[in-house]
Amino acid sequence: MSLYRDTGVVLRVQKLGEADRIITLITRNHGKVRAVAKGVRRTTSRLGARVEPFAHVDVQFYTGRTLDVITQVQTIDAFGAGIVGDYQRYTSACAVLETADRMSAEEGEPVLRLYLLVGGALRALADGTRDPSLVLDAFLLRALAFAGWSPALSECARCGDPGPHRAFSIQAGGSVCPRCKPPGSASPTHEVLTLMAALADGTWAVAERATDAARREASGLVAALLQWHLERQLRSLPLVERRRP
Amino acid sequence: MYEGPVQDLIDELGRLPGVGPKSAQRIAFHLLGAEPADVTRLQEALQKVKEGVVFCDVCGNVSEESTCRICRDARRDPSAVCVVEEPKDVLAIERTREFKGRYHVLGGALDPLSGIGPEQLRIRQLLSRIGSQEITEVILAMDPNTEGEATATYLVRMLRDFPGLTVTRLASGLPMGGDLEFADELTLGRALSGRRTV
Repeated sequence: MSLYRDTGVVLRVQKLGEADRIITLITRNHGKVRAVAKGVRRTTSRLGARVEPFAHVDVQFYTGRTLDVITQVQTIDAFGAGIVGDYQRYTSACAVLETADRMSAEEGEPVLRLYLLVGGALRALADGTRDPSLVLDAFLLRALAFAGWSPALSECARCGDPGPHRAFSIQAGGSVCPRCKPPGSASPTHEVLTLMAALADGTWAVAERATDAARREASGLVAALLQWHLERQLRSLPLVERRRP
Repeated sequence: MYEGPVQDLIDELGRLPGVGPKSAQRIAFHLLGAEPADVTRLQEALQKVKEGVVFCDVCGNVSEESTCRICRDARRDPSAVCVVEEPKDVLAIERTREFKGRYHVLGGALDPLSGIGPEQLRIRQLLSRIGSQEITEVILAMDPNTEGEATATYLVRMLRDFPGLTVTRLASGLPMGGDLEFADELTLGRALSGRRTV
């Protein structure tokens, strides 16, 4: 009998059979893990409330033949309580989970930085002190950096010519100088690029001064970058509620 | 592999939820040996469920006619509406025999991870129903999980502006017949915060 223990954040739950669920977690040491939680849909289940999305938990797994089985769970942080009470936070947090799920493609491959990023983003969303939309964009930019897809914001993405440059090309991977600029590039204002840089390195004082228009444009660019690199649409991103609290 | 029709039947039965290959084989051979009248009855029931069942125009529950039995029943209290996720939940609440009002079936819960937003649910129909009928209380009876809670939060925000409307949420706490020491901290916390004077 092989047991192992890890801490993780619940990314998604899927129904299995009559009362079971498949729980996808991003864990500290074992990367993404998909495991069966038995009987959790029954109202008398002792595990049920602990393995809901957004929960940060300490879990014991039993190694199964195809999927591992969750045997014990203890809550570390119940982020869900702070998140589901506000629809904007909920939709932003769902986009965080879906991105983390897509970025950790291989099960069992350690993704410690992404795990820490997810925990940080959910904590910030549950606290509710910052604009959920900014928290989401900051998470997405840092997740892009984790995957090696960090956009060039202060120099040309193609020739490295120091900027700032006006043109921004998703395909080229960030801002581009007039010589390298491919056709169909966007031309965001300087404020948008400053906001994106501030979100990527966590300079919140700068990020929170940004205007609504800059926030909207930055969100659009970040979403486009992410979906270009992931080569697929995220289902939760179009449903994210972007309004200023 | 069996020949022709028997294997086809096993394959079709095997696609049903909760039916594995062995169960499918057992059901197929049971049907093969059953009385022709029994098989015909099953056949008719299957056909009727696809052709005869529609969704109620008012509440969205499964129904034989354009309005369901509960919405047609004049004895039911028209001022209270219980909002649930699925038609299965209507039956669960009906079994309690505690609720005398009417229902509204949303057809699911808000779940951005599966691409389900407010537009995919029957939320607009609920709002127009409340705007046009004499409804004074809306009971939110979504599942006590993350998606259900988020749906309730969203509905509370939408229903806040209706004058004179009481919005309530099903109580959540300890299941009957259980031991307190085995309750998980979230449920026990909810039970404590929702305690009542006796």
